[in-house]
Amino acid sequence: MTDVILAYAQSDPHHVRAVEHSGPASKRIVTAYGFWIFILSDMVMFSAFFAAYAVLLGQTAGGPSGGQLFDLSNVAIETGFLLASSFACGLATIAADARNKFWFQVAMAVTCLLGLAFLTIEGREFASLVARGAGPTRSAFLSAFFTLVGCHGLHVSAGILWLLTMMAQVFAKGFRADIQRRILCFALFWHALDIIWIAVFTVVYLLGSAV
Amino acid sequence: MTNGHQEIDHNIDIAPGDEHLEGGIRERVLGYVTGLGLAILLTATSFFVAGTDLVWQPSIPVALVVLAIAQMGVHLVFFLHITTGADSTNNVLALAFGILIVFLVVGGSLWIMANLNHNMMPMDQIMQMQR
Repeated sequence: MTDVILAYAQSDPHHVRAVEHSGPASKRIVTAYGFWIFILSDMVMFSAFFAAYAVLLGQTAGGPSGGQLFDLSNVAIETGFLLASSFACGLATIAADARNKFWFQVAMAVTCLLGLAFLTIEGREFASLVARGAGPTRSAFLSAFFTLVGCHGLHVSAGILWLLTMMAQVFAKGFRADIQRRILCFALFWHALDIIWIAVFTVVYLLGSAV
Repeated sequence: MTNGHQEIDHNIDIAPGDEHLEGGIRERVLGYVTGLGLAILLTATSFFVAGTDLVWQPSIPVALVVLAIAQMGVHLVFFLHITTGADSTNNVLALAFGILIVFLVVGGSLWIMANLNHNMMPMDQIMQMQR
């Protein structure tokens, strides 16, 4: 009976179909669930920055307000890049499940390029704000803005480093079970960053420029 | 294997981010395309609503928040595959707890700070008292 279960489990590495006994959860579920908890705690951290931004939105200390600073068409392009990057990451997940190295690397490379495009636009926006004398030291509003958006940008940067690591690991080691788990966690991370960006462009830019 | 797979299929847990591999690659790609389409639609609506004067102005902030929450839902379902199925209960419960804390932090901060702002003496009077 054990052999039957083992053979069945190996034919179904993700335990998507059920195995007859219900022992401890598979390592894939435990790892991904733990990472899911981390992502949620990360969102709680972001919620504190969002709260600070919302409270300090009007505290411009006589400096420029969001409406005078933000270029919404720029933000729309940024949003498009990050959304497309999230989509490409989803395609990479499918390629990884299908164990297709070529399409995995292609989809991950596209994800990376779109993420870098997002970071470039954000970097240029920050540079232009600082050049116009609206740096993080100008007012409480701008401190909160740079902390929140910069924190998201740092997450995206870390995600790109992780993405490149996963491309190298798949290239060198193939789709081993542990590599597959890391790919799953990376996909969770990348999609979660896009969810946080929805809150950023809504609260920071669209609602923030109305003030 | 006396039990049919179908009966226990939805009772075993699924990892967050994993989806049921019932359909082929075509179906899965189609799922992501659907999610992308809905996300683009909601994002475009958000940016349109923010810049237009066709709608009643005081309703715009509420509309933007609703659109954002809807888009987060789209991302959760189509990209992260967090569903209401029994196999995803743990993931949904963790998410619900996260949302509760986020709501308490953001809502609580706004509420308290708005109250403090309301109760605080205007700044010029405080300056006069310090002299």
